[in-house]
Amino acid sequence: MTAVYKHRLFWPIVSLLTLIAINAIARPQFITITMRDGELYGALITILRDSAPLMLVALGMTIVIATRGIDLSVGAIMAVSGAVALTIIDGSGDPDALATVLIAVLVAVLVALILGMWNGFLVTVLGIQPIVATLVLMLAGRGAALLITGGKITTVNSAPFKWMSSGYMVALPVAFFIAVAAIIVIGVIERRTALGVLTEAVGINPEASRLAGVRSRGIIWGAYMVSGALAGVAGLIYASRTSAADANNAGVFIELYAILAVVLGGTSLNGGKFSIAGTVVGVFIIQTLDSTVLFLGIPSAQSPVFFGFVVAVVVVLQSPRMRSGLANLSGRLRPRGAGVQDREKAEVA
Amino acid sequence: MLEVTGATVRFGADAALRDVDFRLFPGEVHSLMGENGAGKSTLIKAITGALALDEGVLVLAGETVTFRDPHAAQAAGIGTVYQEIELLPNLSVAENICLGREPRRGGVISARAMNTRAHEILLDLGLDLDPASTLGTHSLAVQQLVAIARAISADVRVLVLDEPTSSLDLDEVAELFRIIRELKTRGVAILFVSHFLDQVYEICDRVTVLRDGELVGEYLTRELLRIDLVQKMLGRGASELKSRDRLADDEPDAAVVLRARGVSSARGITEADVDLGEGEVLGVAGLLGSGRTSLARALTGVNRLESGVIRIESRPVRLDSPRRAMSLGVVYSSEDRRRDGIVAELSVLDNITLALQSERGVLRQIPAARRRELAASWVEALDIRPPDLDRPAGTLSGGNQQKVLLARLLALSPRVLVLDEPTRGIDVGAKVEIQNLVGELADNGMSVVFISAELEEVLRVGDRVAVVRDGRVVRIAAAVELTADSLLALVAQPDEDEE
Repeated sequence: MTAVYKHRLFWPIVSLLTLIAINAIARPQFITITMRDGELYGALITILRDSAPLMLVALGMTIVIATRGIDLSVGAIMAVSGAVALTIIDGSGDPDALATVLIAVLVAVLVALILGMWNGFLVTVLGIQPIVATLVLMLAGRGAALLITGGKITTVNSAPFKWMSSGYMVALPVAFFIAVAAIIVIGVIERRTALGVLTEAVGINPEASRLAGVRSRGIIWGAYMVSGALAGVAGLIYASRTSAADANNAGVFIELYAILAVVLGGTSLNGGKFSIAGTVVGVFIIQTLDSTVLFLGIPSAQSPVFFGFVVAVVVVLQSPRMRSGLANLSGRLRPRGAGVQDREKAEVA
Repeated sequence: MLEVTGATVRFGADAALRDVDFRLFPGEVHSLMGENGAGKSTLIKAITGALALDEGVLVLAGETVTFRDPHAAQAAGIGTVYQEIELLPNLSVAENICLGREPRRGGVISARAMNTRAHEILLDLGLDLDPASTLGTHSLAVQQLVAIARAISADVRVLVLDEPTSSLDLDEVAELFRIIRELKTRGVAILFVSHFLDQVYEICDRVTVLRDGELVGEYLTRELLRIDLVQKMLGRGASELKSRDRLADDEPDAAVVLRARGVSSARGITEADVDLGEGEVLGVAGLLGSGRTSLARALTGVNRLESGVIRIESRPVRLDSPRRAMSLGVVYSSEDRRRDGIVAELSVLDNITLALQSERGVLRQIPAARRRELAASWVEALDIRPPDLDRPAGTLSGGNQQKVLLARLLALSPRVLVLDEPTRGIDVGAKVEIQNLVGELADNGMSVVFISAELEEVLRVGDRVAVVRDGRVVRIAAAVELTADSLLALVAQPDEDEE
């Protein structure tokens, strides 16, 4: 029992379940899932579908944060990736051709990967602080996206492209499968190879890792490339949902929500030990919250206030001080050794 | 002044301290001695309020006291200076001294009053230091003295100094001792913890020896022979260094494994020539900042060379990174375990296998079972305690952290092992174990560079000794031809030209 209580994912999961429970009580239809034409529908399914872009971005962010870095440019990379894909599709003769869409997707992800490489270059080769290095692209990226689309919002009508965000496979949304695939790929790369442990070593103590022969530069650089590529895919899903390349609105603030998801999942911003499962739970917390805000009918202008409030509560619950406070509380209910009593009748000269 | 009776502290099922009595009189310097895990730090923490006693009584100046936290202990007149200086380098000297109890005027901190106050305290200690200067700009030694100034700025009755000399050189230690003696005459009771027996004998009136969490006894320093003290700490006949046949020449007889010619690096070493024979231990003696660490780092690819050639088995090599050096069988263990060595939050297991894993590459993960087996065999071979592979390495004692580092490097089966102060800040038992291990490794054909600030240790362990001074290797001689005194003269005197 204590093992369960002490597990690092205990509080994130409790938070998520609490949120779902509150929603379910307030509106029982929240947890109902219906089957229509072999496709599942319901609020929970929508959460699974809509969380995909944030999931991808947050996974990349987890790896970058584990190296003691941060990637603020993910939202801008999303905008660039959407712009690249839609410009290619728009410019082709046949937007509905699968080949066209495939090429567009590959080129967009490749561009995103190169942008991640640029971030990695600034951080590892030039030694610029991650927050500053990625700020460059965060600011410049959207401008670049506008350049690509020629300053307008490119819209396309392409069924295969639309499928990414609204299609279904085996009764579940395609976007969900993309997210699951990313979780599995990242999980396998990090935990079935030595990359995870080496990434943590670099994040905890870069100099000691270098002296131990760890290729710190490659590992950190790789993390930014992964983050860039995943943001690229996220940008595609976003663009697919709206069928438009909207450089000003694609992935706005997503870097902050991704950081929040990572933190909610129990990974420290100081780098080192990271938890992919934690990030997954963190993303679902944020997405469920988003859905709650919508349901409560809170005007969009005020929704950030509500959001901030709930997040503050969750973060406070997870803080070390609160945790040890709760642990003490449960300890006090049980009889213990003389030490505790001594401390209680403590008198200081 | 301070009396502890029947002190017991438990961590779960284990008692870190069992029924220990300890007395501290006003105006005396008292040393607490013991190996790692003897319970020294536990007792200190209990005295300074960082830890609560499970059983036992703490009496301060006749009153029974219980401290809820270190702050309460401080308020009661117990000042502490820890081994790792716990000050803020970006603040001024005065701000550090007065931190938390700044003199205020109308609720606002008065910078002038603070500087005056700090200046008085510093002068009191015989330190003429600008209180407004930034702490970080001063040497470690001065920072250490500022930490003491901070501890005594409150009305201090008991001063606890935990390994205060571990980062100080000889002159600085002398300065510290002068201040300790000064405080002694004022009637402050001083608890002085150090691994350096010389210093304990120089400054302490009495010693209390702990072993495995229990009290061995309390002795007057002048009545206790050094050999007896060590024996009481170890609980066995003072373990002799295993003797081994040593080479007696100025030049290595065996095949030269590593040959450095005219090696200079941007930081600290100029035109160094070093030969390292197979199965040889080359001791390196020199003061802090003499270039001994720069030499080690230049030989192992940590710092890049500006000029010079390093040959390994007569083939010239470019050691442009620790990784490259490792692939050639040259490995380096840093003097700064916490900063450059251990990855504190990773487990002992991960720490031991770190270098081997990175040598194999990211994709070829060592199978989990093999990793455990490998790490467990090193934990056993080097007697790493506690033998818990999943414990974060940062929670081990200094000596055990050093062993974890050694295990990490030895797992690579290196040909050349460069150890920069491997025995710094660790207890006598672990020290002897590491010295013996170095001997065994050399007997098995490994070449070792062994740097130590303790000249006797360099002489005991090394076959030959290289003396580094002002960034140059000024002399290499067979260890048997040197004595501690003659070596000291070489290390210390820049005007005596030995070349």
